[in-house]
Amino acid sequence: MKLIFELSTPGHGMQYLPQSDVPKTELPEKFRRKQALRLPEMSETDVSRHYARLAKQAFGVCSGFYPLGSCTMKYNPRVNERVASLPGFAAVHPLQPKETVEGCLEAIDTVQSLLCAVTGMDAMSMQPAAGAHGEYLGLLLIKKYLEKTGQTHRKRILIPDSAHGTNPASAVMADFDVVNIPSAPNGCVDMEAFKKALDGNVAGLMLTNPNTVGLFDPNILEITRLIHESGGLCYYDGANLNAIMGHVRPGDMGFDVVHLNLHKTFSTPHGGGGPGSGPVGCKDILKEFLPKSALGEPGDHPDSVGQIRSFYGNFGIYIRALTYILTLGAQGLRDASSTAVLNANYMMHKLKDVFPVAYDQICMHEFILTLEDEKKRSGVTALDVAKALLDEGMHPPTMYFPLVVHEALMLEPTETESRETLDAAVESFKRIRQKIDTAPEALHECPVTTPIGRPDEVGAARNPVLRYQYE
Amino acid sequence: MGSYIPTTPAERQEMLREIGLINIKQLYSDVPSEVLLDQLTGVPEGKSELEVVQTMEAMAGKNRVFKTILRGAGAYDHYIPAIVDSVTSREELSTTYTPYQAEISQGVLQSIFEYQTMICELTGMDVSNASMYDGASSAAEAAMMCLTRKKTKVYAASTAHPDTLSTIRTYCWGRDISFELIPEKDGLADKEALSAMLDEEAACVYLQQPNFWGLLEDAEAVSEITHAAGAKMIMGVNPISLGMLKTPRECGADIAVGEGQPLGIPLSFGGPYVGFMATKQDMVRLLPGRIVGETKDNRGQRAFVLTLQAREQHIRREKASSNVCSNQALCAMRTAVYMTAMGPQGLQRAAELCFDKAHYFADQLCKIPGFKRMHDSDFFHEFVTTLPIPAQKIQAALMHHDILAGLPVEDGMLWCVTEKVTKEQLDLALQTIRGVCSK
Repeated sequence: MKLIFELSTPGHGMQYLPQSDVPKTELPEKFRRKQALRLPEMSETDVSRHYARLAKQAFGVCSGFYPLGSCTMKYNPRVNERVASLPGFAAVHPLQPKETVEGCLEAIDTVQSLLCAVTGMDAMSMQPAAGAHGEYLGLLLIKKYLEKTGQTHRKRILIPDSAHGTNPASAVMADFDVVNIPSAPNGCVDMEAFKKALDGNVAGLMLTNPNTVGLFDPNILEITRLIHESGGLCYYDGANLNAIMGHVRPGDMGFDVVHLNLHKTFSTPHGGGGPGSGPVGCKDILKEFLPKSALGEPGDHPDSVGQIRSFYGNFGIYIRALTYILTLGAQGLRDASSTAVLNANYMMHKLKDVFPVAYDQICMHEFILTLEDEKKRSGVTALDVAKALLDEGMHPPTMYFPLVVHEALMLEPTETESRETLDAAVESFKRIRQKIDTAPEALHECPVTTPIGRPDEVGAARNPVLRYQYE
Repeated sequence: MGSYIPTTPAERQEMLREIGLINIKQLYSDVPSEVLLDQLTGVPEGKSELEVVQTMEAMAGKNRVFKTILRGAGAYDHYIPAIVDSVTSREELSTTYTPYQAEISQGVLQSIFEYQTMICELTGMDVSNASMYDGASSAAEAAMMCLTRKKTKVYAASTAHPDTLSTIRTYCWGRDISFELIPEKDGLADKEALSAMLDEEAACVYLQQPNFWGLLEDAEAVSEITHAAGAKMIMGVNPISLGMLKTPRECGADIAVGEGQPLGIPLSFGGPYVGFMATKQDMVRLLPGRIVGETKDNRGQRAFVLTLQAREQHIRREKASSNVCSNQALCAMRTAVYMTAMGPQGLQRAAELCFDKAHYFADQLCKIPGFKRMHDSDFFHEFVTTLPIPAQKIQAALMHHDILAGLPVEDGMLWCVTEKVTKEQLDLALQTIRGVCSK
């Protein structure tokens, strides 16, 4: 496929702006750009066709089944898009006088209170732009709390080894020391190792529950109690909230602060990697530390951690989430979660004779297959199976995560898939199973039906070509 | 109640039976009974799509949409060609995940590669990442890139956007890094004060161009002072202004960042926007976030992949260069479509129209008694004036004509004029202001 720069022809293009209707002013020479501005020059027809070609080589939720574990690729309702683009939301300046943005403020209040209800938290900040951004804010709240209570010696954040990589990365950005807690053979927190790690220097714990292997940790109440007894706070990574909405709340489990991923649980589109929205909820003890916008919320906020970005977060995204919550309602959210869990268990049940499951018990919204033995036996890896699934026309599961399971394939079917879709995916796995049993070497060549074959990733990193070079 | 669950209750019951269970509650048997809920309180019952649309339209209807916007201060009302909306609303592009599976994601990966190239061309830098959350967090992340064992102090010009300064301050506090503001002199960063402030521990200096007051800083001089102290120069730039103004590279910047919102992203009450970040070749491995690179596939074809991932959290965990993973990809695509549609001449025209109209308005406004520019320096499309009467009165009078006034600041008003505002609208604003001031 040609790059947009290779389609450019000097002189092509549309005039989108009128001629000037005011006198010309000269910009002093010393400020004037010298370097030529090289951007594509294309007719609108060619722009339209270029992006149509790119869209053909993209796989969205609209393209097929997308059981990408830990990413909650549920259907993104179209009505959310319509609502977010209403001029009454999309054309409003963030610094308009308060009396002209009552609808925006009402939307923010409403979504905050609904998310508090779902999580069991007392207050919510909408400022974080993504999950990792929310983690960062949550940890800053803990840092501020420790500062205000004279406990800055508490530097240790406990994080299970099954956690998302963002957890330790965020903790370091808030200047905490990361203590890895091993997982027990059952995939949950190793309670003995956990208890040994507790001391007077513990700032807190970061936990995903259900955890990244798709299991609800049955010791959760003891875990949060022990953290509190040691003087630390409990952080809930909301990546897996889609399993439990309306069934159990992080606040009731004993968590003090939580981030959500509206682009996972609350149906806003992923956009090829964003924009997301990662609101942070907290209990009353942390409320006064939440961020404020310097211009939007005038006045002193002496105890606020400060801002982590401009204005009030990704408003257009959380408007979509609000639309979704109002559509589903209390019972709809409960049904969404229980159906997500049911679909995962249904698929796991049907797949466990095809490939070994890592934890053979009732799972939450996702489960893991392991190709560890298969790799030893036939040389076929999790990567090979994922690539073979591309030829089956579905998006593969998450590969090689969490790190505690070797040759992992993590499946999260979500609630918005029909039984027929789940059954068809099971058949795909069975066909791949047969191929492995008859001609395992062929798996290394997959995919063969996609626009490109396997790319040379090592070469890409060794000799980075990160932009088009004009001749 | 709306529901996006395709299976019927009867089907779900069958599926349960097939896995050997009787009811849904059994799926939650690991949840301690004392915290298991029978129902969710605090959330209303669901509604049909029509009802929800009506509710949300009513909410949107309580906001005022202004025909003419003379306010910027970090969010700018530019014209967005229809093709931008049309391309980015394609469901394949908007509902796809981060392109981990390169074989079925070449469209997304190529669009990011093209975006990276355009950001490099716009800023004059060598390499760009795939995008950041917004301008403010890009500036903060850029500052973090410059920290070393010995270089631990971050400086920022107090003439930058307050939200950006607040964000850099937060990130510095987070890492227990010292943060200092460079004082302001006549609306610009005070260069003499800066020279005196910087020592061998200085990691970087952040300068916004045009600055929060709309003024053009002496960026090259600030770069020289910064480099003389062995620190890195970070410039926060308005991308539309780069249609006319010197690139960050030409000004001597080591890292260019900025708020990409002016490039085809609606105001949307402050977000989602997009941060861009570009730097020199020798700092590429310090960049946070996703980067797309070109390679070949096993059939010898050109292919694109996420690359240099050894910097990132999913590989490096606590040793990662940042925790950023999700960024603002679809907004970045909006900016790429915008830049493509506008082309080099179009972007230059947008910049010149903003510049000319803002200067026309400033000239005319300052003919009204009591209005005087607060600063003498050159400006791009924003400027501050004094006011002869309270800001509230001017704001109310303009609002009466569907015009959003400039932003009230300290003793004056920060005005902004973009290409969208016609001379006729500016003259109406001037006439209205004249009227309310003479009362």
